[in-house]
Amino acid sequence: MPERFIYADNSATTQVSESVLREMMPYLTTAYGNPSSIYKLGRDAGHAVENARERIAAVMDCKPKEIYFTSGGSEADNWAIKGAAEKMAQKGKKHIITTAFEHHAVLHTCAELEKQGFEVTYLPVGEKGLISAEDVKNAIREDTALVTIMYANNEIGTVLPIPEIASVCREKGVLFHTDAVQAVGNVPISIKELGVDMLSMSGHKIHAQKGIGFLYIRSGVTLPNLIHGGAQERNRRAGTENVPAIVGLAKAVEEACADIPGKTERLTAVRDHIIDEILARVPAARLNGDREKRLPGNINISFVGVEGESLLLMLDMNGICASSGSACTSGSLDPSHVLLSLGLPHEVAHGSLRLSLAEPITMDDGDYIIEKVEQVVRRIRDMSPMWEDILKGRNGMEKIMKFVSPINL
Amino acid sequence: MMLYSEKVMDHFTNPRNVGEIEDADGIGEVGNAKCGDIMKMYIKVDKNIITDVKFKTFGCGAAVATSSMATEMIKGKSIDDALKLTNKAVVEALEGLPDVKIHCSVLAEQAMKSAIANYYRRQGVDPEPIVGAIPECEECH
Repeated sequence: MPERFIYADNSATTQVSESVLREMMPYLTTAYGNPSSIYKLGRDAGHAVENARERIAAVMDCKPKEIYFTSGGSEADNWAIKGAAEKMAQKGKKHIITTAFEHHAVLHTCAELEKQGFEVTYLPVGEKGLISAEDVKNAIREDTALVTIMYANNEIGTVLPIPEIASVCREKGVLFHTDAVQAVGNVPISIKELGVDMLSMSGHKIHAQKGIGFLYIRSGVTLPNLIHGGAQERNRRAGTENVPAIVGLAKAVEEACADIPGKTERLTAVRDHIIDEILARVPAARLNGDREKRLPGNINISFVGVEGESLLLMLDMNGICASSGSACTSGSLDPSHVLLSLGLPHEVAHGSLRLSLAEPITMDDGDYIIEKVEQVVRRIRDMSPMWEDILKGRNGMEKIMKFVSPINL
Repeated sequence: MMLYSEKVMDHFTNPRNVGEIEDADGIGEVGNAKCGDIMKMYIKVDKNIITDVKFKTFGCGAAVATSSMATEMIKGKSIDDALKLTNKAVVEALEGLPDVKIHCSVLAEQAMKSAIANYYRRQGVDPEPIVGAIPECEECH
């Protein structure tokens, strides 16, 4: 058994918090009515859903009727993008702007629209994984139907200038959607001030359960439905409401957004300690994504000569849960599209490690992670023929080494 | 993440025959960093018997485990017997591999054959009639 257990994969999913579960429990047990039913048991469930909507709207600073519950981030992204595309195509606008490093829920939806005759501009994100509002402005055309850009990247944690991009889109009169799945609870967001037309979020990234999220749709914007059926969500999204999950989501949003500055300060301290120490102790490594404009809990480091899956298996044996952008862990032969979008060679992308921290992580946990990462990387490199080539300065390795820290630290 | 058998995890956690042989009689290297797997195998040969074998692998858990198992299976064997080793036998010895990892076992078979081919070339013998052609990793092309 490992000495301890540290869950450092909170960008993948999070543990449901006790307080969230407590609020959900009545709706999983005694208050099981269908919100569409007329009797009290049903009405109570209906009130619980509307109450949750109001609580979320209060935190997110929007109107309750602008919140539509969905099965999560992917559905919200699909609805926003397909809906906006269908709507705008009627006005002859068939151009979409996004970035090269969006989540697959956005990228694959855009690819689907390309098959239907839409043209998609994928803005490059550069080596730091950022874009500017100016980049977006320059890409907007007469026939641009929609701009869809993530608030924060799920792999490298970079936070994009969404307020500025939203204001560019508003000036140009183009619909703007942001996938804020990784941002809610990490970046202070007032939807009213932000001025976006649509915003997606997912509950299980902020300690609610899996399978719940919402799409914010600004009042005045009407999208065609994605899910057809009953009259739920004011006729906009069919399907019996997932009452316990919705109630839990409200609690999770409140908790996640209660003290963002304090949480940011605490997480950033641990994050920076881990980044500084790993880069100081482990040669031929690099931090992926901008150092400053990043999520408080995100660490993404590549180690040359190391393959990601091996790294994760060995960290797991030491009680550390993490993820990687290597091909082996993505289930395909290509490493993560996010890391490739930074211009990294495959060799560097294969050796990436993502740690996504959440409270209550301590400096002591951070020290444990640093120690284990250093040990495991050394062990894997000892049996890596690629590392041997690098140490012996064999041909072809200089093009890889220019992306990482020198060997002689 | 896919499920690995206990045997795979054992060979991944405690790989056998890791390292280099300074005065190897044959060295084979297959795979490439682009697709995420490189295997390098060293053999020592005495009177047609593989007396020692070592490997270095860059790759996933299955890549390390198949390399380790393949070296165990050919150590002490004659070259003829070693050449009869198939990737299927390596997979069976590891109590199975996930479908997407079968290519790792192919790579292990090729690494071993490539080391033997290198041994023959050093002896001035054309390896192709004996060892056969060693194709490039199909997945990458």
